[in-house]
Amino acid sequence: MVRGSLSFDVAHLLAGSLVLVSFMQLYQDRLYALLNIYALHALVLAASVAWQAFVQDAPHLYLTAIIALVFKAIVIPTALHRIIVRLGIHREIETVVGVGPAMLLGMGLVALSMVVMLRVTAEADPLAREDLAFALSVVLLGLLMMVTRRNAVSQVVGFMSLENGLVLAATGAKGMPLVVEISVAFSVLIAFIVIGIFLFRIRERFDTVDVQALDRFRGERR
Amino acid sequence: MIDALTGVLIIPAVAAGLFAILPGYRLTARLNVFATLLTFLTAVSLFVVEPRSGSYLLVDDLNKVFIVLTTFVGFTTSVFSASYIGHEIEIGRLTPTSVRFYHAMYQALMFAMNLALVANNIGLMWVAIEMATLTTVLMVGIYRTHEALEAAWKYFILGSVGIALALFGTILVYMAARPIIGEGLEAMVWTVLVQHAAKFDPALLNVAFIFLLLGYGTKVGLAPLHAWLPDAHAEGPTPISAVLSGLLLNVALYALLRFKILLALNPAAIAPGPLMVILGLISCLFAAFMLYRRRDIKRMFAYSSIEHMGIIVFAFGMGGALANFAGLLHMTMHSLTKSAIFFAVGHIAQVKGTQKIADMGGLTVTNPVLGWGLVLGVVAIAGLPPLGIFMSEFLVVSSTFAREPWLAVILALGILVALGGLFLHLNTIAFGPPQGPTAKAEASYVPMFAHLALVFTAGIYMPQALVKGFENVARLLG
Repeated sequence: MVRGSLSFDVAHLLAGSLVLVSFMQLYQDRLYALLNIYALHALVLAASVAWQAFVQDAPHLYLTAIIALVFKAIVIPTALHRIIVRLGIHREIETVVGVGPAMLLGMGLVALSMVVMLRVTAEADPLAREDLAFALSVVLLGLLMMVTRRNAVSQVVGFMSLENGLVLAATGAKGMPLVVEISVAFSVLIAFIVIGIFLFRIRERFDTVDVQALDRFRGERR
Repeated sequence: MIDALTGVLIIPAVAAGLFAILPGYRLTARLNVFATLLTFLTAVSLFVVEPRSGSYLLVDDLNKVFIVLTTFVGFTTSVFSASYIGHEIEIGRLTPTSVRFYHAMYQALMFAMNLALVANNIGLMWVAIEMATLTTVLMVGIYRTHEALEAAWKYFILGSVGIALALFGTILVYMAARPIIGEGLEAMVWTVLVQHAAKFDPALLNVAFIFLLLGYGTKVGLAPLHAWLPDAHAEGPTPISAVLSGLLLNVALYALLRFKILLALNPAAIAPGPLMVILGLISCLFAAFMLYRRRDIKRMFAYSSIEHMGIIVFAFGMGGALANFAGLLHMTMHSLTKSAIFFAVGHIAQVKGTQKIADMGGLTVTNPVLGWGLVLGVVAIAGLPPLGIFMSEFLVVSSTFAREPWLAVILALGILVALGGLFLHLNTIAFGPPQGPTAKAEASYVPMFAHLALVFTAGIYMPQALVKGFENVARLLG
């Protein structure tokens, strides 16, 4: 049982770290730092997925881990770094909610997901249980990040960390068919392309990526 | 092995690839009509020869109705789209390059919607709905104006959040199925899930359904998750508004219904009905009151779509053979009527050069065919007899009245409030002193009047075979 408890502890540690890194994202007020933390987020995810692949003896999960490592931890942050330099917006992020309230809200969300998931999955095996609770926390923190930021780039980062939470959940569910893992990775890719197009179009037109600038149009008020 | 089931997927997929390469919008617009017609005929053939379902693709009585409806409206919209796009190119709102992109995306959307409808694997279904969302995001932003970009961005962000929540729900369903069915592909196959649903862990299924309801509910446009819908409808090209309202909302609803069936089979899980009833009522009432303050014609009909999706979700939430039948009928009638209205609105906006209600007036005098077409459409959508929507709304309200009188009263109130709002604006648009440019519209009226004729016929007479088919599906839905 030594291997059993070790595998549990490591998985627990990695999934817990992912939640921690999500919290770190919440209080970053510079885009550069935010992107670095996002890269760290993806790195932890890659480690976690790789560990799941090892524990579950599921070689196809290594593929997911490699996608997370190469694509999410290296390619996307680098590209976004370039974009924000090109746009000249590596200044402060304006948060809608202050750092303090955002952290408190985040803690509330984590508590909520623990209460919900642990109670619901009482009969599932402990590894999957904890993983699922952590995954839901990461998803909710990603959502929180999206609503507390105004800048298009940081909203995108929020969305991508939300997707990381989904990958954590999908890999934690033992034996989940490959279809889903690929689709998750694939959707991130597509999402990124879409976002890339959007950012450039926005730049083309208004010379800003602050979503508030887009809010001048409020539907009917013209 | 190409049968009708793979046919409805292959035709749009091939067409999408072809249109991405072919130059010249005139030819592609015609080919677009041809491809959608071919898909529609293939879909109809599902009724004649039913192909075998596998672990990825499935055909049963429930999705046949959806597929035929989707491909039919897809076909008529492509006819409308051909004349609409021609005008847009003439006035320079769209370039030939963006039209090429538009046609490829149109077929990609058809592919994604058909895939979502025939998918037997809940993971595959999710992928298809995600793909449908992305293609529509790209099309909503196609005008590249300030407003179009904001609408597309809002739609993208809210749609993605919804889609993400739905994936989490899908994973939870797998978690619930795994201990019973075992690991691997089988535990995501819908037909297998249904057989074993009674033994799943109810608590896990409950949480899964909440996520699925919020996730796919965002795509259905249920209040309070509807914020993307009016913007996306108002700022995209009008054929896309027609497809969004008439089809994409239905596809998301279809996904929700599949999971509702699953949950209903587990006696210990929460009843999915009341949740859907509440969300449906909120959407219906909220959208009905929102209709009054609209100043943009496309936004107004977008809110009307929210109202009707609310009624449909309400009906399916009530459940039972009669309410399900009413919901199914209402969904069909709404798809046909709302796309007909958008066909009219598209040409009206082109004639007037604006979407503002205040700048258009007296349409029945200046452009009689368009004006009366719109009047007929609004009369239908508001639920006046003898048209099809009157019948389905009457069925929804009366079947509810027999079981929960109070809910029926609230629902009827919503329908009446919406009727008032619609006619208030219709009065300005269709009657009153003429306003704005009065040029003749180079329109194709056939799709609009074909839809309205179908809705009119359904209000008076429904073929026995159709009633039988709908009753059968209503029983399936439980």
